[in-house]
Amino acid sequence: MDSANTTAEPEKLTKKALTADHPTWCPGCGDFAVLASFYKTLEKLQIPQEKIVTIAGIGCSSRFPYFVNSHGLHFIHGRALPLASGVSLSRPDLHVFAFGGDGDGFSIGGNHLDHAARKNVNLTYVIMDNFVYGLTKKQTSPTSPLGFKTKTDPTGAIDQPVNPMKKLVYGGATFVARTHATQVKHMMAMFERAIKHEGFSVVEVLSECVIFFPGAFDQANPRKGGEFVTIEEKKWDGTPEDEDRHDVSDNSAAFALANEEWPGRFGVYYETDRPTKNKLEQRWIDDMQKKVGDASTADLLKQRFAAMK
Amino acid sequence: MSATATSAPKSNADDSSSGDITDAVIRFAGNSQDGIQTIGGFLAKLAGRSAREVMTYMTIPSTISGGASIFQVHLASGEVLSSGDEADFLFAFYQHSYDAHISSLRDGGILIYDSDHVTPDLEDKRVRQVGVPITSTTIEALGGSAKDRGKNILVLGLVTALFQLDRSKLVSLIEGQFKRKGEDVLRNAMVAFDAGYAYQIGDLHGESFNLKAGAAGDTDHVTTDGNTALALGLIAGGVRFGAAYPITPWTTIMEHLRSELPKHGGLFVQTEDELAAITMALGMSYAGHLSMTGSSGPGISLKMEALGYGTMAELPLIIVNVQRGGPSTGLPTSVEQSDLMQAIYGSHGDAPRVVLAPINVEDCFHVAVEACKLAKQCSAPVFILTDQALATRIEAFPEPDLEQIVIEPTLATETRDENFVPYPLDGETRHAPPGTKMAGGKYPVVTGLEHDAWGHPNGSPEMHQKMMDRRRNKIIKLADDYPVSEVFGDDSGDVLLVGWGSTWGPIREATIRAREKGLAYSSMSIRHLNPLPNDLGDIFAQFKHVIVIEMNDRGMYGYGQLATLLRAKYADPRIISITKTDGLTFKIKEILQRVETLIS
Ligand SMILES: Cc1ncc(C[n+]2csc(CCOP(=O)(O)OP(=O)(O)O)c2C)c(N)n1
Ligand code: SF4
Ligand SMILES: [Mg+2]
Repeated sequence: MDSANTTAEPEKLTKKALTADHPTWCPGCGDFAVLASFYKTLEKLQIPQEKIVTIAGIGCSSRFPYFVNSHGLHFIHGRALPLASGVSLSRPDLHVFAFGGDGDGFSIGGNHLDHAARKNVNLTYVIMDNFVYGLTKKQTSPTSPLGFKTKTDPTGAIDQPVNPMKKLVYGGATFVARTHATQVKHMMAMFERAIKHEGFSVVEVLSECVIFFPGAFDQANPRKGGEFVTIEEKKWDGTPEDEDRHDVSDNSAAFALANEEWPGRFGVYYETDRPTKNKLEQRWIDDMQKKVGDASTADLLKQRFAAMK
Repeated sequence: MSATATSAPKSNADDSSSGDITDAVIRFAGNSQDGIQTIGGFLAKLAGRSAREVMTYMTIPSTISGGASIFQVHLASGEVLSSGDEADFLFAFYQHSYDAHISSLRDGGILIYDSDHVTPDLEDKRVRQVGVPITSTTIEALGGSAKDRGKNILVLGLVTALFQLDRSKLVSLIEGQFKRKGEDVLRNAMVAFDAGYAYQIGDLHGESFNLKAGAAGDTDHVTTDGNTALALGLIAGGVRFGAAYPITPWTTIMEHLRSELPKHGGLFVQTEDELAAITMALGMSYAGHLSMTGSSGPGISLKMEALGYGTMAELPLIIVNVQRGGPSTGLPTSVEQSDLMQAIYGSHGDAPRVVLAPINVEDCFHVAVEACKLAKQCSAPVFILTDQALATRIEAFPEPDLEQIVIEPTLATETRDENFVPYPLDGETRHAPPGTKMAGGKYPVVTGLEHDAWGHPNGSPEMHQKMMDRRRNKIIKLADDYPVSEVFGDDSGDVLLVGWGSTWGPIREATIRAREKGLAYSSMSIRHLNPLPNDLGDIFAQFKHVIVIEMNDRGMYGYGQLATLLRAKYADPRIISITKTDGLTFKIKEILQRVETLIS
């Protein structure tokens, strides 16, 4: 399906080459750091520039594609994932990235998230979770904590918030991680592992909206007096300490981590190796094509018509 | 499609005495689990193999486990334009079948009923009644254990003898279908068929109705339904990717594409809902493929927001709406043409797109091919509006010239130079799918925000107006290359009947009947609904009355949806409207009577 774009030597991918329009986010918005970490991770991994695709829905965070100099698409609210899935499934040669906010991903797009996860479509999804609707100026989001006062809940949010880690693990995502926009090194490590993971990989980044929910994530920010606690993963070294470490392939352990009290821990909650929809569909396509030989479209259609005579 | 009205189909046999006939409408009424669809399917295939024309009509039972169902077959040696207003022959399997359908049998028609289940009104002299113990004969022929399964094949044998159909062709069709199911099944089918073929029908003993074969020539017509023809047309036109969610009567198109596309290296995905379906299809288009989605009624409504994105981002996409009765869940298994305005104007904002409508099963194939061509040409969404009647009915037609038609798609990811402009104000859309190297170093972001020629968001008043003009004008321009519109009958006269979609057959047949009576009627069916053909005004000008016939509501102002559009375009008071929404196709009589009332 891929057409050959052969050039003698691939140019080196730099942060400069990846930089596009200057972001229109408010000064201090957590999303700046997410963008910078994304550039740096791509630079490190040296993915061919023309193979990078950035896709987003609608929201402050969803403006992401404009700020990355790669093929990109800014879509409608909540539907970045099925669009990204269409790209991934029909073009396995590409590196597909989806970006968005908590409203885009867990509310209007919540059902798509479950199904992209279940199908294990090969792509990487970064959710910039600020616990509020930024673009539309402070309405309750599906991750707004109980009691948080917004324009749609003037006396404080009353609906039980979504637990993103649980939703993702339960939904069937095969790589699920959580990070914090002020912790650039950790964020880059999570991005790198997500990109290298084959399958549906998701990173939730707690990314502060300095206008409508300032200080939301201070409790996990050492510079604001909080504590950034990372997950210690099993090393499988047989030591007694290893007993207490987290087994990323154990989904009950992931749920247990997700149940921890706010602000919880950061790192990889869950990772498993399950065949992607891309692979399974390709296997079917290959089998069918083998079965019909190298018949042309006209020949195949003639056979279909013959069967209807 | 010939444009002359000289080959009027012979009306039904004048009386029911035996002899040669050229036209027969046969209705089988029973329960769906009796396999009456199978009888109809065999007869339709046989027609295709013997140069007879055929059109079928069936009802889908309202429960999955079975229930009352009919299958009507209209066979003729000449042109078949509708599934028939009234039946010439009625096969009634049960009392409820008899009760519900005896009124559909014409005066002097023949009722053949299962005397094991039906007690007809013996006083009824309007029709001829013939009892055949269908159930017990089947059980007797097949032996006790088979119960009455096989009744349908026994009736097929009866029909074969009665109409002197080609026995050997039918036998080979039966073999083709049942061999796959095993030797036992095939043997039983043949026993049932032979028992029916040999059965001496009491009162009709010795009578037969020799349904003549059509003119010699093409005897290997394809027989299939509209949904299958449409799916094959999409493949021929170059569609390799798509996504959808099941809903009746759209579903069989997606089932077909799901299993066929992989053979062509493509893929069809079943998504979680219709919003995801159109979105995924747009993703495939963005990725550089000509892709498609489709649905019926409620599902099309769900796709509307993303459809507008397709127009804004100028992505080629085919969207099929197999219309059914609405609004809401409405009449899921009935026919209606009430989604025209939605197809043209649906979605928020001004989001112009192309809308096409096939007129019969064969045309489903060709319209699908044309939709592919137009979608690529204007890089915008193209709607195909079919309906429940076209979707399920079977017709015979000559095999299309595939070598001429088939398009092998390619992925255009060659490097774009420094001067790449995706949306030039005065030129064609140039989409660079991901994977394309940009020699200028600047990569494009496709957006639903208003944007400039380079795709950069730009909501200035001038830019919005210019881009709106651009998106509209490229669609308008398509009409310059349309084929000349065909008028059936004379180019001028008293009445021009205008339709779109599946009303083509009944409208054409009504025209023929009127012309036989010496009336100056002509007719046409518009296949390009947005933009409309440029030559309609000149055609309309030659008639005293232009009567638009459609299966939708008269609305607030007394005009159907197409009539409203035509009146808006031509501001011509001679354009008037006949509409209905009873979930049934138009009958010939109904059209003629209503036209007469309107113009007298
Ligand atoms: C169908 C639709 N409904 C509503 C909106 C309005 N809208 C745009 S963004 C948004 C919520 C944004 O919140 P989030 O996804 O959390 O992104 P953030 O701005 O916080 O990054 C809403 C309600 C829309 N654009 N489209
Ligand atoms: S409103 Fe909040 S989320 Fe949006 S750009 Fe400003 S700080 Fe960021
Ligand atoms: Mg948010």
